[in-house]
Amino acid sequence: MSNKVIQAMYNDDDILLDAVKEVRAANYHIEEIFTPFPVHGLDKAMGLKGTRIAITAFMYGCVGFVFSIWMMNYMMIEQWPQDIGGKPSFTFIQNMPAFVPIMFEMTVFFAAHLMVITFYMRSKLWPFKKAENPDPRTTDDMFVMEVSVEGNEAELVSFLEKTGTVEIKVTEKH
Amino acid sequence: MSSHYEAPIRRPLIDGNKSYHDITVEVAAPVEGKANKLWWTAFTIALLAFLWGVGSIIYTIGTGIGVWGLNKTVGWAWDITNFVWWVGIGHAGTLISAVLLLFRQKWRMGINRSAEAMTIFSVVQAGLFPVIHMGRVWNAHFVLPIPNQFGTLWTNFNSPLLWDVFAISTYLSVSLVFWWTGLLPDFAMLRDRAVRPFQKKIYSLLSFGWSGRAKDWQRFEEVSLVLAGLATPLVLSVHTIVSFDFATSVIPGWHTTIFPPYFVAGAVFSGFAMVNTLLIIMRKVSNLEAYITKQHIELMNIVIMITGSIVGCAYITELFIAWYSGVEYEQYAFLNRATGPYWWAYLLMMSCNVLSPQFMWFKRLRSSIMFSFFISIVVNIGMWFERFVIIVTSLHRDYLPSSWTMFSPTFVDIGIYVGTIGFFFVLFLLYARTFPVIAQAEVKSILKSSGEQFKKLRDGNHE
Repeated sequence: MSNKVIQAMYNDDDILLDAVKEVRAANYHIEEIFTPFPVHGLDKAMGLKGTRIAITAFMYGCVGFVFSIWMMNYMMIEQWPQDIGGKPSFTFIQNMPAFVPIMFEMTVFFAAHLMVITFYMRSKLWPFKKAENPDPRTTDDMFVMEVSVEGNEAELVSFLEKTGTVEIKVTEKH
Repeated sequence: MSSHYEAPIRRPLIDGNKSYHDITVEVAAPVEGKANKLWWTAFTIALLAFLWGVGSIIYTIGTGIGVWGLNKTVGWAWDITNFVWWVGIGHAGTLISAVLLLFRQKWRMGINRSAEAMTIFSVVQAGLFPVIHMGRVWNAHFVLPIPNQFGTLWTNFNSPLLWDVFAISTYLSVSLVFWWTGLLPDFAMLRDRAVRPFQKKIYSLLSFGWSGRAKDWQRFEEVSLVLAGLATPLVLSVHTIVSFDFATSVIPGWHTTIFPPYFVAGAVFSGFAMVNTLLIIMRKVSNLEAYITKQHIELMNIVIMITGSIVGCAYITELFIAWYSGVEYEQYAFLNRATGPYWWAYLLMMSCNVLSPQFMWFKRLRSSIMFSFFISIVVNIGMWFERFVIIVTSLHRDYLPSSWTMFSPTFVDIGIYVGTIGFFFVLFLLYARTFPVIAQAEVKSILKSSGEQFKKLRDGNHE
């Protein structure tokens, strides 16, 4: 019954944004929206929660920072201290100024790469992944809103038609 | 329409009467079309130069570093000059995509893809030189702190050369990931347009199954912003650390605290010049004049002018400080640079880097495409000579006059340098035919605010 979705196509981002607001005001449930480019304000209009990916980047950066300190302390101070260029190697803090560049680089390295890996995993992006956009035109100039069918299907279709859609398709949910 | 407002005084960044679909078609056209004679000619020349470079590298590795023009006094010359030159060129891409993103400069969107491609390709060239200079390239992995058969022999984290290894590899890998993440929606566009099964397969592989869900876009924008925030200090750190290779030594002419900011400004300067060189040709050949507009080139010229002036200030400050320090060796190093046997290199550096960007004060000159192209080549030459002057003239007359000498490159030095230029253009030409060279998804998102017809429509309403 509720396995059906209606795909309403729009050819303009402003019309889509207005349509999203109307659909939500009428208490229909938007399953998904596919757009060819980032439409500003769409996530708020859809009621999507903010992403926490920036917080993960901060945490990964902290891990990289701590890892670099641990690594250089182990290699240069604990395991094989060497007096190179007169830079004192008796304690970590004495040798620390020479370690600052690598602490910085490792922080950035960990934060950037692990955040991007998190993004790819959360959004299910990887080589050999099959694309799931319902229509090839959604990467060109078409915006597709998928609304789940609950109750009267004909009523929903006629409601969506009034929101400025250019094409409507009823399909099974994938 | 009101949500797409942009001040009327800002000039349009997308010329003509474009729709979203037009952008798709025009960005995909160079990929879907056939290469013309000009492309094949350029590609053949680049490939031959590359092969000559490969031959020179094989000869160097097989025979030894002795085939270069280096001697006991001048131990660093063309190799490190080329290394610093290529790394410097590699600074514009990430600067455009990261710093300009943080400053919300919309004009970055027409050029960021190609500038980032240029960055990655030139950092690859840069990385070759220190590796070959090691002599025993098969031991190149010794620069990494990996457990080895020598027990506890680790890399030396006190050494600026090792900092450089970390800085360059972090920069290359983060730039690559930044570039690729931005490419996903554009590869998806090519995938969905592809007709031939092979193309479809390749582009679906490259696009990682990008579908353009609202949540994906939300994450995409956040990831781009955070990557920009991380890449901004990173891009400044890379050339800072390259300058440490010199600044932490005790060679007069190298041992200066001004080096980090001076190198960074020089890198941005040369990088933007190279972006101009490449894009002025590409916009013409690939019919992208509507997206890489005169306005883009003018803005890049302004960046070239400003960073060129910073570099000029640094040259003069260096001279002043050398005199003011009262250190005879320092004073001689700079006197020798300007009036010694390499005076012509110094003069070339001064005129190309300090004088030539000053023409950009004139509106007529900086909005002329031909003049911009000419200056961009002049700056590329000037910045190569800057590195040559810093490296060779500081070394060739050292503390012991009996060991004073000159440097002249052998055909192998020249061969490897020409080879990297060939390799760079091989990569860039292949990129121009197979990649979406404009970040079309992002350009579409600014069409309504910065597209010419929308601006006209809006400004008409105000009157």
